[in-house]
Amino acid sequence: MIKLGTWVQIHRIVLKPEERAPQVPDDTKLVPLELWVKGYLMNDAELGDEVQIKTVTGRLESGKLVQVNPTFKHNFGEFVPEILKVAEIVKEYTFGADNDE
Amino acid sequence: MSKDMSYQAVMSRRNDIMKQSVGVDYDSFEYSGLGFDYELMMEKASPYSIAEIQKIQLAHGVGNTPLKELKNITKLARKLAPKGKGARIFVKDEALNDSGSFKARRAALSCYHAKKMGYVGVVTATSGNYGAAVASQAAKYGLKCIIVQECFDSKGVGQPEIVEKARKCEAFGAEVVQLSVGPELFYTFLRILEETGYFNASLYTPFGISGIETLGYEIIKQSEAQLGRVPDVVVCTNAGGGNLTGTARGIKKATSKKVQIIGASVNLKGLHMASDTQFNRKSFTTGHTGFGIPFATYPDRSDVPRSAARPLRYMDRYVTVNQGEVFFATEMLSALEGIERGPAGNTSLAAAFSIAQELAEDKIIVVQETEYTGAGKHHAAQLSFARNNGIEIKFGNPKTEVPGESIIIPSNPSLIKVVDLDLHKTKKSCIRNHIESELPKQITAEDIAFLMEEVNEDEDFIKKALQEIKI
Repeated sequence: MIKLGTWVQIHRIVLKPEERAPQVPDDTKLVPLELWVKGYLMNDAELGDEVQIKTVTGRLESGKLVQVNPTFKHNFGEFVPEILKVAEIVKEYTFGADNDE
Repeated sequence: MSKDMSYQAVMSRRNDIMKQSVGVDYDSFEYSGLGFDYELMMEKASPYSIAEIQKIQLAHGVGNTPLKELKNITKLARKLAPKGKGARIFVKDEALNDSGSFKARRAALSCYHAKKMGYVGVVTATSGNYGAAVASQAAKYGLKCIIVQECFDSKGVGQPEIVEKARKCEAFGAEVVQLSVGPELFYTFLRILEETGYFNASLYTPFGISGIETLGYEIIKQSEAQLGRVPDVVVCTNAGGGNLTGTARGIKKATSKKVQIIGASVNLKGLHMASDTQFNRKSFTTGHTGFGIPFATYPDRSDVPRSAARPLRYMDRYVTVNQGEVFFATEMLSALEGIERGPAGNTSLAAAFSIAQELAEDKIIVVQETEYTGAGKHHAAQLSFARNNGIEIKFGNPKTEVPGESIIIPSNPSLIKVVDLDLHKTKKSCIRNHIESELPKQITAEDIAFLMEEVNEDEDFIKKALQEIKI
């Protein structure tokens, strides 16, 4: 069980596909407009339950509980060899070929 | 009785919500025909002088960023340029503002004004650096802050750059409302404005633009102090148009000498900005033609009735560069100058590197911004993300790049070449959009005068353009 007062992320559907704005492109019209927001859980709950949260500005939001102690996992990605090569290219053009070898 | 919160009902209340949340009576600046009094709006709605804005910004961690000479990049440009060509390249290192970008200038004035007007919080709709800028400034004033951003596609995959911006906003204590792809972000934004009664810290209010005037002003003053003269060219990354508009206005307030203003956008031709499936196939979430061209040709598509960002009034030339060229320039800045910055802000650097080679050695070209970098918001993160999404990444001629399918990194620096957009055509589109949105029965002298200001052209140009539209 996830205790009241825990920092969580919720998810809900704002607009169903059939409710989407007329100017939306066809591929986007096939999917709903979804929303994610974080806050403190207002009641004890389980993952996947419909819950209410209080955000840091004090707003109440409701939706499906999707993450407890939501965490950022973005990073610098996997190594991209081309970037190393660009550094070599610009140094060689600017300062000449490396003669240390 | 509770209010109707359906999409149509909220959108129909748009003007009332805006009036409440911006505190600007836009109707009072309207002409009877097509246009409105832009200068009067700037003067009355944002009644702060450059000196006052500088004071407000400096007291809140914004402004006086260094103007740095990029000596090695200049050296490289001269090796590639014809003899005697290769202007000195300088960069205004805007990443050093609190919050990490020039957007802090826009937010500084918006938050100051919101506090002064008695609002308890601020809301803004942005997936860009402006979110962190508003969150940072709001923290300083003790204002509550909500950032509404478009972040995920329908598979729940977040653009790494936007995810990083969400993190930074949260670091400054903001509530971040994240949405999947679609223009109905505006609907959610309006609902939040209506619910909270907070100030709409839009990018496009007079505050959002006059806050940037200090950037142009500083470029001139620093240039005069460091180099004894004004720069010949200033290159501005162009998306919503505010960066270029505010910078150019500040330059005009600092000097009467001619400084060429060049807009630069990343070429994302063929990608639809509201497409769910194309959302994560682009490696730039701002500074690109997907915003740059629509906002230049019709500024009033923004989230306020009359946008204060009107780039065609100030732009002397408009160029594009490709994604691969900007990633190359970003790595070049790291490898040759020891300055690691975010890729989107280096759009104007890639353009300046090419344009410098057209200019004589004694000319000065200023790249007017940089942005912070970090996890997600880094050329390595973006290229890795693109490759994982099936985008082909390879060395070659960047002119063969197809946005959404490939990123072509120049196989040598001489392949970085700006492509000029036809500015006259862009200006004619702007005139056409004004006519089509207002559908005037007749064109008055006042309308023509407005259009002349709007696209910075003479009466003949406007009349010819109107004839072409068959008005």
